Amino acid sequence: MRVPLSWLREHADLPPDATGHEVATRLVAAGLEVETVDQPGHDIAGPVVVGRVLSFEEEQHANGKTIRWCSVETGEGDPRGIVCGALNFAVGDLVVVALPGATLPGGFAITARKTYGHVSDGMICSARELELGEDHTGILVLDTGHAEVGADAVALLGLRDEVLDIAVTPDRGYCLSIRGVAREAATAYDVAFHDPADVALPESGDGGRQGRIEDPTAADRLVLRSVSRLDPQARTPLWMQRRLTHCGMRPVALAVDVTNYVMLELGQPLHAFDARRFDGDVVVRRAAPGETLETLDHVRRELHPEDIVIADGRGPVGLAGTMGGTATEIDAQSTDLVIEAAHFSPAGVARMSRRHKLASEASRRFERGVDPALPPAASARAVQLLQELGGVTYGGSTEVDLPRPDVTISYPVDRAERTAGMPIGPDTVVAHLQAVGAVLDRPAGGVLTVRPPSWRPDLLQPADLDEEVIRLVGYESIPTALPSAPVGRGFTAEQRARRRIGQALAAAGYVEAPCYPFVGTEVLDLLGIGEGDPRRHALRLANPLSEEEPFLRTSLLPGLLLALRRNDRRGMHDVGLFEVGNVYLPADGSSEVPRPSVGGRPSDDELAALDAALPDQPWHVAVVAAGLREPAGWWGPGRPVSWADAVEAARVVARAAGVELDIGHGAEAPWHPGRCAELRRQGAVVGHAGELHPSAAARLGLPAGTVAMELDLSSLLEHPGDPLQAPRVSTFPVATQDVALVVDAHVPAGEVEAALRAGAGGLLESVHLFDVYRGEQVGEGQASLAYTLRFRAPDRTLTVEEVSAARAEAVAEAGRRTGAVQRG
Amino acid sequence: MSAPNKSYDPVQVTTLNAEEVDRARDAALASIAAAADLETLKRVRLDHAGDRSPLALANREIGALPPAARAEAGKRVGSARRAVSDALAARQGELEQARDEQVLVEEAVDVTLPWDRSPRGARHPLTTIQERVADLFVAMGYEVVEGPEVEAEWFNFDALNLGPDHPARSMQDTFWVGSPDAGLVLRTQTSPVQIRTMMRRDPPIYVIAPGRVFRTDELDATHTPVFSQVEGLVVDEGITMAHLRGTLTHFATEMFGADVVTRMRPSYFPFTEPSAEMDLRCWVCHGESVGNPERPCRTCSSEGWIEWGGCGMVNPRVLTACGVDPERYSGFAFGMGLERTLMSRYGAEDMRDMVEGDVRFALPFGMEL
Repeated sequence: MRVPLSWLREHADLPPDATGHEVATRLVAAGLEVETVDQPGHDIAGPVVVGRVLSFEEEQHANGKTIRWCSVETGEGDPRGIVCGALNFAVGDLVVVALPGATLPGGFAITARKTYGHVSDGMICSARELELGEDHTGILVLDTGHAEVGADAVALLGLRDEVLDIAVTPDRGYCLSIRGVAREAATAYDVAFHDPADVALPESGDGGRQGRIEDPTAADRLVLRSVSRLDPQARTPLWMQRRLTHCGMRPVALAVDVTNYVMLELGQPLHAFDARRFDGDVVVRRAAPGETLETLDHVRRELHPEDIVIADGRGPVGLAGTMGGTATEIDAQSTDLVIEAAHFSPAGVARMSRRHKLASEASRRFERGVDPALPPAASARAVQLLQELGGVTYGGSTEVDLPRPDVTISYPVDRAERTAGMPIGPDTVVAHLQAVGAVLDRPAGGVLTVRPPSWRPDLLQPADLDEEVIRLVGYESIPTALPSAPVGRGFTAEQRARRRIGQALAAAGYVEAPCYPFVGTEVLDLLGIGEGDPRRHALRLANPLSEEEPFLRTSLLPGLLLALRRNDRRGMHDVGLFEVGNVYLPADGSSEVPRPSVGGRPSDDELAALDAALPDQPWHVAVVAAGLREPAGWWGPGRPVSWADAVEAARVVARAAGVELDIGHGAEAPWHPGRCAELRRQGAVVGHAGELHPSAAARLGLPAGTVAMELDLSSLLEHPGDPLQAPRVSTFPVATQDVALVVDAHVPAGEVEAALRAGAGGLLESVHLFDVYRGEQVGEGQASLAYTLRFRAPDRTLTVEEVSAARAEAVAEAGRRTGAVQRG
Repeated sequence: MSAPNKSYDPVQVTTLNAEEVDRARDAALASIAAAADLETLKRVRLDHAGDRSPLALANREIGALPPAARAEAGKRVGSARRAVSDALAARQGELEQARDEQVLVEEAVDVTLPWDRSPRGARHPLTTIQERVADLFVAMGYEVVEGPEVEAEWFNFDALNLGPDHPARSMQDTFWVGSPDAGLVLRTQTSPVQIRTMMRRDPPIYVIAPGRVFRTDELDATHTPVFSQVEGLVVDEGITMAHLRGTLTHFATEMFGADVVTRMRPSYFPFTEPSAEMDLRCWVCHGESVGNPERPCRTCSSEGWIEWGGCGMVNPRVLTACGVDPERYSGFAFGMGLERTLMSRYGAEDMRDMVEGDVRFALPFGMEL
């Protein structure tokens, strides 16, 4: 809602020196979100005055343009010669002249300049040049009798104003009007408020159009006032155009401008029908199946049976409280009008507006709640303005007024104090509630009976009144105190683990990059994730930001790899990234998401059904890297990132999580089939790591050799390991044995090591693979793996025989499991 | 070595002559002092303290002296030899120290050479700021709770007193999952976690819920469709707006420092009543751009204040929907934007830097804020 300060002052006796910013500060403290204070006209400087056209000569120029060379009296000395391109004025007309030295809106500086063979000593202004409206078809001609030649046009036309732009919250629909904001401003300054709705109602007359409400859930009040003989020549006066413009509305024609003006002033949307095009009674009803309506935006709409329509004898002529129809639209020839002011169902209008994706000034007001007391006053105000400005004859009115529920709230007078945590006092409570417009009974016993004013449909429960009282006391006077929480239990094990994992990966040289969860199929295609892959089974957004990425991720890799590519393309080639985040896995089958009542706690079954309808959203952790893992430098060459870094990143995660991972060979997109590790925890596959498939990397535009790892963190953390038994540290000496085993080159080293461990028995302290050799000396297709085994006993120094026996057992077990032979 | 003198030998006695001893001592001391390195000192030691040195020879002659003269000669020679050996030891020490120092000088390297061989990593500041907030509240006894990002419409709206026709529902530009009437959304706020918490726990409840939320804003310098909030919820007996204000003031002071200026003003949220908005004094213009077209401020759009987040007393209707007795318990809730917090604390200017995963943004923040 845009509120010109000059208009506000008409209804609230604000201090004359209060600036727009000061008023804004008071309103903000009262709960109105003033976003900006605009200052239209404040960039007009220098002499802009009223002039009279004394004479002119019309000249045809070679460029085809006709201009008028005018002599204009501007109240000082000799008349001025001014060139004007407009033709819509006559000798004797009063016009607005910007004299040399003036600056018009937008920094447009006026100088005496040579044009069309004359020196033009100033400029005659159009409405648009003065920001009075959009009209640029001709210059602005002032009404004679309203202005003196030489007078300051800026003051005369009220060009300079301050406009408060207020973002009205849904509970304060009444502030979508000058009336509502003026009431708040008057309360904030504790000055008199002059209600613009105090309008003398005209005699009801006898020529009123009949109205009917067929569905009382659609509307509960309908006032119709008829006027006739609107002067087709009557124009909207400048002051009204200026106000409409400052409020962000476009002046159109008198009848429409008047309904808009009253809506801005009072908050009651009005509609004016052309009486001669309107067939019979004005009926408020729900749409019938199959009905259509062409609205003023020239869209033909299929109506829904819940739509609330205004209908005449032929059918719907408007969407109630939302937008009128073209059939009964008033135009330049309309002289007889029916002014309709109604109170429509807020929810009905809200649904209709949403259904038709049609938000209007009217629907915005109705869905937030319009004062049901307004229709008689607002329609009377419109008639009054049309009489004054358009010379209409009032023809009478009819009204349908259905009962509305009465709201009374029992309100303990100390409740606001208890809510605020500060003393307020009963008299202050009563005074503030009255300032809001509530009517109170104050019986003994400390419980008030409060009847909220008609314009506050949001005040329904005691807590709503708390806010009214406390905001008028001022939130800034609320003291500060800290509640004492009971002793807490700190973070959960999973929360701690996630934090450790993030820290460990960062310490290992990876940079965290939380990515958007939106993905498209294209990146999955590029990664070579095939049609049958479960990662293709994703949730789709109904309204994605981009149709290219309508799905919710089932893997962290697409987002992270694209971030890696972005870094690479920006010149950061040696990069490792990680993310710890959720993926979204659709539930099997589409179960209905229930919608329990909110009147009390839903049953446990209902809550369980709600949760069951949600997708599984496990935490994942992923790492990607490209380029050099260790840079080249003066010390020597760098080390390119390898599959092993990806596997090691998985181990870093596992160590931080306090669990063990088993690593085997895997084959999973998008990894290189020969360089993909399958990561297992207690037998279950929890992720993969390795080098990307060269084609996948190439298709995605990633550097060759890019590596990646992804782990299902939720599964990893699901089963904590057995409680740890603290080790007893043996102080006896270690016995070290080296062993070289020749195995088939396809045998995974992990299996050989597992066999050594199993065979070596309880005396084994550690196994370390210190060399892998493939070459002539071991024969084709064979590999030699060299291990150091360390043995130690907790209670004695081992003998040579014991150590040799354990080593022999280890080698034997490796032989049994993997065919390993000790190298001679 | 010669045998003890049996007879008086005037020639040999000259070597024990006091002047000779002093001369030998002085010559020795001079050579020692002049020795410039350990090698020279070794030779000087041989010459002046070795077996063939004048003082050693003199010492050997003492036995040949008549007994009456031995004591005095012994004293004289002994004192000279001690002086020499002390000087040798001292000089030896000096020269060894000089040699050691020289070794250290020669072993010196340029320690400013880079050795950035291990890659540098970092955590994203939005993560670490969440953790910092969590630490702050956990220290006050709160617990950290979580909820799903794909959320039932019922938790995200209905249970928060946002009925199907509530105007606020269309204000929030919601991502609908599946079809718009399937009842699933990407949560638009962390507030559904409040509901989940109250369903699961009985008061007293002191929790915070940091997390990602989603709205259909296109990414630009000041908007992102995915952003972070931290939700706070307290439900207990006797909770007041003073507790809310005190808690948020403490929070603001911890996040932004003691000189932060906050403002609490009335606002509207369906799930709180009374409701408030918490603003921070613009950290760039400090409010000086308000009404001052000469000095516009991009950060606060010349409003002087930046919205930090919404808050209020939990609406009794919400308590009722969660099975909490509003006659017995009251509570407060807040939801603060973490991107705003980050922008304010560290002067981050462009939202895109926070979401694109460019390592140059996160690296300076390191491991923790």
